[in-house]
Amino acid sequence: MEINSGLFLLVGAALFSIGLAIVILKRHAIMVLMGIELMLNAVNLNLIAFSQHDPVRLQGQLFSLFVMIVAAAEAAIALAIILQVYRHFNTVQLDEMNELKK
Amino acid sequence: MVQIVFYLFVLFTLGSALAVLLTKNVLYAAFFLLLTLLGVAGLFVLAGADFLAVSQIMIYVGGVLVLIIFGVMLTHKTDTAKTDYTEPNFILTKHRSWLWALLVAGGIFSVLYRALVRGNFVLLNQGEPSYRSTVDTIGRQLMTEYLIPFEIAGVLLLVALIGATTIAASSRTK
Repeated sequence: MEINSGLFLLVGAALFSIGLAIVILKRHAIMVLMGIELMLNAVNLNLIAFSQHDPVRLQGQLFSLFVMIVAAAEAAIALAIILQVYRHFNTVQLDEMNELKK
Repeated sequence: MVQIVFYLFVLFTLGSALAVLLTKNVLYAAFFLLLTLLGVAGLFVLAGADFLAVSQIMIYVGGVLVLIIFGVMLTHKTDTAKTDYTEPNFILTKHRSWLWALLVAGGIFSVLYRALVRGNFVLLNQGEPSYRSTVDTIGRQLMTEYLIPFEIAGVLLLVALIGATTIAASSRTK
């Protein structure tokens, strides 16, 4: 097919930068989590772009499958922690949590 | 034809990712994230990864995003002063200064862009990629070469399941 594989890498780089900007910019804890998910997706896109030239072993696709599994586990644990933090501090805005114990 | 579809998916993905960045409403951001993840799934299909596109839709859109929306709903502080049944009760987020975000993200992007444009990837120039279903290969690889990571991933998911329920429920017992 006529898609240049380098374009996938550029899209991955742009997606990664947007995810990083979200992580830095937003103050809501769940928004930071969304930024991390975007960055993980960008990395998966890179791995898959390289993997289409490796049809025998598909190492990139299998790696990104494991990245997805770890991302799902990470999202579940992070949301449980955010729920506990919300019960403790009664807020999820990250800048308002400046004490270890209240 | 395929190129037009590819550029449409790229525009779709990057546009909704930018919308996640720009919007202040957390719930809108979650829905724009849904569009971004669907766009990435389309790009996976165009890169010849059919199995991963389907698992992307099932894991991210069907699992992680529902979890995130539940998290948004559960951690929403109802502002009783504002709620008078006439105004919409938006869930908003504040922004830090735009300067640092643009500086760090733009810097990373320019470095990556330069590296990718200048770099000469031998693997990517290696002839035409083949487009046949990857399900067969992934299944065989998971049962042979990647058997131990596969089992460990299962244990990890079990541990994450138990851990998430334990953490989320730990204050109920007190």
